[in-house]
Amino acid sequence: MEKAIKKTFALFALPTLAAFVIGFFVPFILGIYLSFCRFTTISDAQFTGLANYRALAGDGVFLHSLWFTAAFTAVTVVLINVLAFAAALLLTRSFRGTNVFRAVFFLPNLIGGIVLGYIWQLIFNGILSIFGRTLTYSSVYGFWGLVVLMCWQQIGYMMIIYIAGLQSIPDALYEAARIDGANGRQLLFRVTVPMSMPAITICTFLTLTNSFKLFDQNLALTAGQPSQMTELLALNIYNTFYGRAGWEGVGQAKAVVFFLLVALLAMIQTRLTRSREVQQ
Amino acid sequence: MRKNLLALGLCAAMLAGAAAGCGNNTNSNAGETGTPTAKGAVYYLNFKPEQADQWTALANAYTNETGVPVTVVTAASGGYEQQLKSEMAKSEAPTLFQVNGPVGLAAWKAYCYDLSGSDVVSELTSDSFALKNGDQIAGVAYVTETYGLIYNEELLSKYCELDNAKIKNASEINNFSTLKAVAEDIQARRDELGVKGAFTSAGMDSSSDWRFKTHLANIPVYYEYRDRSLSTTDAIEGKYLDNYRAVWDLYIENATCAPALLSSKTGDDAAAEFAMGEAVFYQNGTWAWNDITGYEVEDDDIGMMPIYIGVPGEENQGLCTGSENYWCVNKKAKDEDIMATLDFLSWCVTSDKGKTALTDMGFVCPFRGFTDQYAPDNPLLEAAREDIEVGHTPVDWCFTTMPSETWKNGVGAALLEYAQGTGKWDAVQTAFVEGWKTEYQASNPAA
Repeated sequence: MEKAIKKTFALFALPTLAAFVIGFFVPFILGIYLSFCRFTTISDAQFTGLANYRALAGDGVFLHSLWFTAAFTAVTVVLINVLAFAAALLLTRSFRGTNVFRAVFFLPNLIGGIVLGYIWQLIFNGILSIFGRTLTYSSVYGFWGLVVLMCWQQIGYMMIIYIAGLQSIPDALYEAARIDGANGRQLLFRVTVPMSMPAITICTFLTLTNSFKLFDQNLALTAGQPSQMTELLALNIYNTFYGRAGWEGVGQAKAVVFFLLVALLAMIQTRLTRSREVQQ
Repeated sequence: MRKNLLALGLCAAMLAGAAAGCGNNTNSNAGETGTPTAKGAVYYLNFKPEQADQWTALANAYTNETGVPVTVVTAASGGYEQQLKSEMAKSEAPTLFQVNGPVGLAAWKAYCYDLSGSDVVSELTSDSFALKNGDQIAGVAYVTETYGLIYNEELLSKYCELDNAKIKNASEINNFSTLKAVAEDIQARRDELGVKGAFTSAGMDSSSDWRFKTHLANIPVYYEYRDRSLSTTDAIEGKYLDNYRAVWDLYIENATCAPALLSSKTGDDAAAEFAMGEAVFYQNGTWAWNDITGYEVEDDDIGMMPIYIGVPGEENQGLCTGSENYWCVNKKAKDEDIMATLDFLSWCVTSDKGKTALTDMGFVCPFRGFTDQYAPDNPLLEAAREDIEVGHTPVDWCFTTMPSETWKNGVGAALLEYAQGTGKWDAVQTAFVEGWKTEYQASNPAA
C-alpha cells in the first residue's frame, strides 16, 4: 500500500501543484517583477528599476494608511479575540439553546463584505443623522465604524474555533485543579487559556491578517472619506493603481511592501503564540 | 469511504475555485452563424452597461448579415478601466475599446490604431469629434451628450404665480444672480410650493459625486481655457474658483437635505427626489432621462437650462455638450481583425440597421448619416437641440483634460469636507490648483 502511494504520489499531487503554480506562484513572481516596471497591461511591461519604490517613499497618504491600518488591526485583534473567547466560554456551558446561539453568532460571517459595508453604512448614517452628521464627518467615526463592522463579522467565526478548542480540553484537568483547590479565576487562567493556545494562535493569525488586508468593507463603508483619512492599506493600493495613468507600477510596489509587512507580522505573531502552546 | 468523500469534496472545491475565475458576461456569436469564408473577428469591450443587451442584439444582426463573428463584452459600471487592463493582456484582446478623452488616451495610446482615412472618420460631422494623437487619429467620438440644470417646468411656473415671485417666467433665468434669487426664494417658500428643496441633494456618494467634482468643475475650467485660449494645460490658475464656490454654496444650502448629510446621499436619491417632484432643479445630463421619466413628473414638464456660475456675458452661455466616449481600434490585434473591426464600425454608422440600433440606444451620434429621422425620443435632447438653435454657445467638455482620477477625487473630498463643515474652501482651492499641477506632473513624467 505504501509503495503504491509512493509511486502514484506525483500523479495525485499534480493537479493541486499545478493549481498552486498557476493560481499563486506565477502571479506572485510576476507581481514582484511588475513592481519594478512601468506598465498599462501586464504584457507590455517596461523595466524601470527602483523608480516605483522611489515614488512610494514620498507618499504621505500611504504612510497615513499604514498607521491607520496598524491602529485598526491592533484594536480589532484584541476586541475580536477577547469577545469571541468570552462567547465561546459562555456557549460551552450546558444550557438550552446553545446551538441556536452559536448559529446566530456565526451567521454574519456568511454575508459578503461589500453588502455588509453598505448595510452598516445605512445603520450608522441613520443613527448619526439624528445629530446632523454622517460617517464621513470625521475619521474617528470611520475608524470605529470599521471596528464595529469587523467585530460583528468576525466574532462568530472565531467563536466557533474557540469552542472546538475548549471542547478538546479533558475534564480530568479541571477535576484535578478543583481537588487542588483552584478557584474559578485560576481555572480560567491556569487551565483553560493555556490549553486553548493552539486555538488562540489560529484566531490571532486569522484576525491579524484579515484586519490588515481588509478591503471590501472599507470600500463600501467609507471609501476612504473624509479626504483619504480612513483609507486602509489595501484600498490605498487599489486607488494608486487606478488613480493615475502610468502609476500601476507604484501600486504594485506598494503591494509588495504590503505583502512583506503582513508576512513579517504574521511570522512574529505565530512564533510568539506558538511558544506558549502546551503539549497535552 | 469517509476519506474518499473528503478527497472528492476537496477536488470539487478546487474545481469550483477554478471555475469562479471565469464568470464573465460574455456573449459570443463566433461560429454559430458565421460562414467559413468570413475573415477576422470583432471583439468589442463596451463601456455602457445601460446598452449591453442592445449591443449584443446589434452584434447578432451583423453576424447574420455578414458572417463575421462579433463578440460584445460589457464592463460593470465603474469598472471599465479595470476590465480593459485585464482583457488587453490576453491573447484574444478586444479589437474595439473605448477611452474617455485625452487623459484616457495617454494611458492607451500604444494600443490605438491610426484611424486616419477610415470610413468611420470620414463619416464624422466635424473634425472636433476625432481624438488626435499627434497627427494620427486615435479615436472617434460615437455619442455626444449634454448636461445642464434639469428643471421641473410645472413647479417653476407654479412658483412664478406666487405673490412677490422673483420672476414671472422661467425663461427669465439667464444668469447666476437670477438663478440664485429664485432658488433661495423657492427654498424659503418650499412649504408653500410643496417641495422639499430648490435643488435635489448634491450627493457626495461615489454614485453621484462626479456630478460636482467633474461636471460642475468643468465650467470654471472651460471659462479659464476660453480666457487663456487653451485646450489643455499643465497648470490651472483657478481664475473662476470663486464662481465655483458660489454655485456649490447655492446647491448645498438650498437643497432637500442638510449639507452635513451629503456623503450619505446617492445618485438614485437625487434622481428620485426630482422624479417625485420634491425638488425643482437637478444637475445632470441627457443620459439621466430613463431615471426620471415615468414617475410623478410629466415628461412635458422636464426642461434643461445652462448651469450659470456668474461669469459676465453668461446670458449667451449654452448647455455643456461633448463626448467622453471614443471608439479606439486595437493596434496590436491581428490585421484581419482590425479590418473586420473597421468594417463593423462603418456598418454601424452607415447602414440603416446600425443607425436605428444606435438611435434606439438613445445616442446622438456625430456622423453624417444620422439625419433628423434618427433623433432619439428624449425631451432632454430636445432641450439640447433648442439651446443650440437659439444661438447659445455650448460649453465644451474640458473635464476630459483633468489630469487624473486622483485629481477628481481630491477635489471631491475637499468639496465634501467644505460642505459638511469640517474643511475650509482653501482646501478645495489647493486640491484644484496645486493638485492639478502635481497630478499633471505625476501622470506625465516626461513633461
